[in-house]
Amino acid sequence: MIITTTWYLLLAAVLFSIGTTGLLVRRNPLIMFMCIELMLNAVNITFVSIGSHLNDLGGQLAVFFVLVVAAAEVVIGLALVVAIMRRRSRTNADDLKILGG
Amino acid sequence: MIDLVWLIPAFPLLGFLTLICLGKSVREPIAGWLATTAIAGSFLSVLIVFIGMLLEKNENRQTVFTLFDWIPAGDFKVDIGFLADPLSITMCLFITGVGTLIHLYSIGYMHGDPDFNRFFTYLNLFAFSMLMLVLGDNLLLTFLGWEGVGACSYLLISFWFRDPANATAGKKAFITNRVGDWGFMVAMFLIFFNFGSLEYLEIFDILGSNQIAETTTTFIVLMLFVGAMGKSAQFPLYLWLPDAMAGPTPVSALIHAATMVTSGVYLLIRVNPIMVEASTWSTGLIAWVGAGTALFAASIAVAQTDIKKVLAYSTVSQLGYMVLAVGCGAYTAAIFHMITHAFFKALLFLGAGSVIHGMDGEQDLRRYGGLRSLMPITAGTFIVGWLAIAGVPPFAGFWSKDEILAFAWDKNPLLWLVGIVTALLTAFYMTRQVILTFFGKPRYLNVGDAGDAGDAGDAGDAGDAGDAGDAGEIHPHESPWTMTLPLVALAFLSLVGGFIQLPFSSSTKRLEHWLEPATFHNETHLHLSSSTLWILALLALVSVAIGIGVGISTYLKEKIDRQIFEKPSLVNAWYFDSAVSKFMGGSGSKAFTAVAKFDKEVIDGAVDGTGQIVKKTASILRRSQNGLVRTYALGIGIGAVGLLIWFLTRTTL
Repeated sequence: MIITTTWYLLLAAVLFSIGTTGLLVRRNPLIMFMCIELMLNAVNITFVSIGSHLNDLGGQLAVFFVLVVAAAEVVIGLALVVAIMRRRSRTNADDLKILGG
Repeated sequence: MIDLVWLIPAFPLLGFLTLICLGKSVREPIAGWLATTAIAGSFLSVLIVFIGMLLEKNENRQTVFTLFDWIPAGDFKVDIGFLADPLSITMCLFITGVGTLIHLYSIGYMHGDPDFNRFFTYLNLFAFSMLMLVLGDNLLLTFLGWEGVGACSYLLISFWFRDPANATAGKKAFITNRVGDWGFMVAMFLIFFNFGSLEYLEIFDILGSNQIAETTTTFIVLMLFVGAMGKSAQFPLYLWLPDAMAGPTPVSALIHAATMVTSGVYLLIRVNPIMVEASTWSTGLIAWVGAGTALFAASIAVAQTDIKKVLAYSTVSQLGYMVLAVGCGAYTAAIFHMITHAFFKALLFLGAGSVIHGMDGEQDLRRYGGLRSLMPITAGTFIVGWLAIAGVPPFAGFWSKDEILAFAWDKNPLLWLVGIVTALLTAFYMTRQVILTFFGKPRYLNVGDAGDAGDAGDAGDAGDAGDAGDAGEIHPHESPWTMTLPLVALAFLSLVGGFIQLPFSSSTKRLEHWLEPATFHNETHLHLSSSTLWILALLALVSVAIGIGVGISTYLKEKIDRQIFEKPSLVNAWYFDSAVSKFMGGSGSKAFTAVAKFDKEVIDGAVDGTGQIVKKTASILRRSQNGLVRTYALGIGIGAVGLLIWFLTRTTL
């Protein structure tokens, strides 16, 4: 059985949907973070598979960009999560509405 | 030497800034002398520019001197620039000349006033604004000066603002002038819309080359005339001028007789190329409004008992003559009368001020009498002013009034008739004033005297009589030299001022030749034979003689009952003022409340409503921003899906 590009794209779509659903239903900031990573990597898979399908390096290049941005985002995001957890240990994302003012 | 034109307004501006910075730190006479020096410096600069202009040839006498860009905005560009031509320099000459004399006079008149400095600060600011009005090379700069003199007029009328009546008079002047300003502004908009420029010379160029519709020019002229009506106190906007006498007398002389009130006439003459393009009915209307105002105001002046009110109505009347001349296309005659009027009316006002000063503030003609021997210089110079305004040759007023009357005859004999009746009334009321003030028995000593009974009767004003009774001891005295010197100088000018334009031959019409670069040969030419002119002059003299004769036999010889002339309707100015007040206070005020309500509910409602709609929508929408991160994420998700659907359907369709 030949694994065509479609399979990869389907996988990416499934991963992305799981990520989105997780982001929307879970309240734990750490889990939400992992969901975002899941979505980002789903996009990465799309990039790579389409890039190889079209024989274009641009796809892999874009992945590098996404990885770099994701790394930066993780740094900030985790720092925020740690800061929040220190203050109130059992916080979930919905409690942060107090920042709305 | 013409390049020095910027110095002319610079001096009073410098004086104003110095005085306002020094504030109360300068003592009484110094502030006055500073201000007088500033305006005298301005007068000297005018003289230098004037001589420089005389040395030039006639066609080179019009120069624009631009200082800097004022408002550069795309196609719309306005400069701070001065238009030096014979017209503006003539105006400057008598503004600064008479202005200097009045500044000098004020040092004596305002002696002992606690706000001495403030008075001279305002006076210099006024001189600056007036010179900007006259010298501006575009309508906007003229408008700046126009508003400046209006503001100074307000400040100076209500100078003694602790008396509510004075403050009210100032407000009245300011508000009445706003009606005129509206006309000026509409005219400016129209001019910019149709010509694309506000500079006089550019407008005139365009007017010469392009065809502008007659309706447009007519409308512009009418709107400018509304402006002139306000400033130059023409019917029905004259109402503020008699009340403006609440200010100190030098102010009445400088602003409300000699200079500011002539700016409306000046404006109309300045735009004479537009006037020529306008339809004849509009200039006819101007002439009739002028003539009507002249007669109307002169009839009121006959019965006034306040020495300054007589002169105020007289000023309105003389301004009517000038407007009549403008309407007839006799621009030189209008300027000529403006100059001579500046001389003799300033003289009369300053003389009246000197009398008021000597009589400790008494302004009622009925409480004067026999002051001739006590105030010889004031009386002598006042008599010169009387002869000049009445039109007795060879005094200045005769020549200028005669010229206007000749043009009026040429346009329409009915206009001439109105003018000649006005001349008769002028001679009469001025004779009345001179006799009541300087001749006859003194009426200020014993108020209960038999000789005063007649006066008290026609006064019908018990309150006034009581006031004078309190004053009791009045010792009329001659004024100090700072006040009499300007009187003598102005009396001399009123005597010889008419010689700048004598009607005998072309070479004696000096003013007309001098003004040619500014009137662009737009002047109407008389088609009258010299015999007609002689007969007209003779008739004018006869009317003057009748006026003076009736005046003398009524007030000096008391052969005619004065009640015949001093009708209540005249004393109360034909009830026009009170009718306007009544209307404004009664049915008019209801109409204005309705307008205010419309403004508040419809106009403001539309503006506020827009704000309310945004506010209400926002208060609903802000609920979506609830601080829940997951809701935002859902929003982003839905948005992304929506965009995806849109892209997909777009490509497939």
